[in-house]
Amino acid sequence: MSTILIPELSAHWDEPDSFTLAAYKRNGGYRALPDALAMQPDQVIQTLKDSALRGRGGAGFPTGVKWGFIPQGDGKPHYLVVNADESEPGACKDMPTLLNNPHALIEGIVITCYAIRAERAFIYVRGEVLHVIRRLQHAVAEARDAGYLGTKILGADLNVDVVVHAGAGAYICGEETALLDSLEGFRGQPRLKPPFPAVAGLYACPTVVNNVESIATVPYILRYGAAEFARFGTEKSKGFGLFSLSGHVTTPGQYEAPLGATLRQLLDLAGGIRAGHQLKFWTPGGSSTPLFTDEHLDVPLDYESVAAAGSMLGTRSIQLFDDTTCVVRVVLRWCEFYQHESCGKCTPCREGSYWVVQLLQQLEAGEGSEADLEKLLDICDNITGRAFCALGDSIQSPVASSIKYFRDEYIEHLRHGGCPFDPAASTLFALESAR
Amino acid sequence: MALSDEARARLAPQAAEIIGRYPKTRSALLPLLHLVQSEEGYVSPDGIEFCADQLGLTEAEVTGVVSFYTMYKRKPVGEYHVGVCTNALCGVMGGDAILSEISEHLGIGIDDVTPDGKVSFEHVECNAACDYAPVVMVNWEFFDDMTPQSARDLVDGLRTGANVKPTRGAPRLCTWKQTAKILAGFPDGQAAEGNTAGHATLAGLRIAKEQGWTPDDGGKR
Repeated sequence: MSTILIPELSAHWDEPDSFTLAAYKRNGGYRALPDALAMQPDQVIQTLKDSALRGRGGAGFPTGVKWGFIPQGDGKPHYLVVNADESEPGACKDMPTLLNNPHALIEGIVITCYAIRAERAFIYVRGEVLHVIRRLQHAVAEARDAGYLGTKILGADLNVDVVVHAGAGAYICGEETALLDSLEGFRGQPRLKPPFPAVAGLYACPTVVNNVESIATVPYILRYGAAEFARFGTEKSKGFGLFSLSGHVTTPGQYEAPLGATLRQLLDLAGGIRAGHQLKFWTPGGSSTPLFTDEHLDVPLDYESVAAAGSMLGTRSIQLFDDTTCVVRVVLRWCEFYQHESCGKCTPCREGSYWVVQLLQQLEAGEGSEADLEKLLDICDNITGRAFCALGDSIQSPVASSIKYFRDEYIEHLRHGGCPFDPAASTLFALESAR
Repeated sequence: MALSDEARARLAPQAAEIIGRYPKTRSALLPLLHLVQSEEGYVSPDGIEFCADQLGLTEAEVTGVVSFYTMYKRKPVGEYHVGVCTNALCGVMGGDAILSEISEHLGIGIDDVTPDGKVSFEHVECNAACDYAPVVMVNWEFFDDMTPQSARDLVDGLRTGANVKPTRGAPRLCTWKQTAKILAGFPDGQAAEGNTAGHATLAGLRIAKEQGWTPDDGGKR
């Protein structure tokens, strides 16, 4: 079989001490940093541009280009903010990375700060992950003691201080400007853009906000070169990344592979859908990306191909649901999530999310009429693009795609006078209790 | 509950340390709220006043922030606060059944506390561990691949003081207050302990190794 998986970030997660400075160094860590410091900061930015790394937090914006937007010689402090607020339903890649390889992030932070001329970095980590936060605090302390953080790093004219900042439970803080408001001590509500954070970010100063995986990939690119990274992936989606398989799959987990791998390839490795069942629908990149079905098993999972097939690559958060699952139940639950997490700033999202949930609740209970499906689509149309951020847009993804592929299932609820599925059959322990 | 003068005096230097981490003082508000929660178990009016005093804010300004974030509790929770993920995937995989099992077994509702003060529970949104669904959190530590039965055993263990260990986390489970202290930025010394590479974390790596797909594949090294 040709090579499908490329464990890089995850290469040493099976070593019990993989999270320590000693293990990271033993495995080649902190060797990219001196190479980077031997370059001019602009050369480091150019290397990232050449690698064509695209932000691993979902939007896929080129990381090097983002760094290049930071105005230089402006006399203002610059900041790096790492977005470790992983909360998208389906997303579960950054937490294992931080638990098992936090120093890749720390080394990436130091290199990034050098490139964008920042002296302060913040890791905004969601609060509901205690041991992840411990590991980050530990890694920062180890790096500081070893002289990789602090003043005159490796004898160079480089000072970098990192603060681990725990959030307090709010999905919206994964949106970069809401994150900045939260980090400034306010309610986490998105800002109108422009100005973008590169111009007016934290404390209205130039700020790079990058996802954990993006920054943790930086040492690899500096160490092995942009061309080596760009050797992997597809024409416009270079490199590798973590694909997270969850749900009704035989072997759920983290699969690090080049962009452009297909679900068929990944599912083959993961032992397929759980025994006795078939794939019904899946998300390529979390709940905010339109559903795919078994028609899409061979779509290359890169930004362009997934978009051409009508969805988004997002965070490569592949949630798999088999034939026991009621799609109406799943879509309702995601919409209840967006309703709960809407920050309330923009009317279309705040009100629209409630209307959508009410309609879906009725449909799931077998009430309402087929005309409600058009009403749902109409409400979604009036939310999308009409708010400061994309949270409201996310509601349209599962609603519209589920109606597109499973309209009959909605109607079946009306005909049946309720949900025709047995929720017990979908559970992890369904087989266990049948015995 | 009132924040005693003794507690205020004890918390003040910790608050100063937190504030010192940031270029602008207001950035310290979230960790300060974790700090007062670590003292009282929830964010009380006294806790709000304490934070406001430290940062030169009004109590209304602080309250407006507290009410935005679900991790800040406005009334006491249990010594062990259980969060059951009922977002779509965990819910389908069994989170819904686990939530009702816990409620029925403990005889309390969401956000209530058992009479012994030990356990409270709520449903939580996606906790970034979907590959271990259904997921239950206790004081924000991961309990993976749960079933209604294992969830019952878990809450029983929490009430009887059994040695309950997270699947991926520190071997000594912190109390709710101790947890908040770590979130405020004061480590408890358990960072290097506990197994964190569970079966799902290692799934792809194991297959790659079996297939001989090593990192230096392709002669790039």
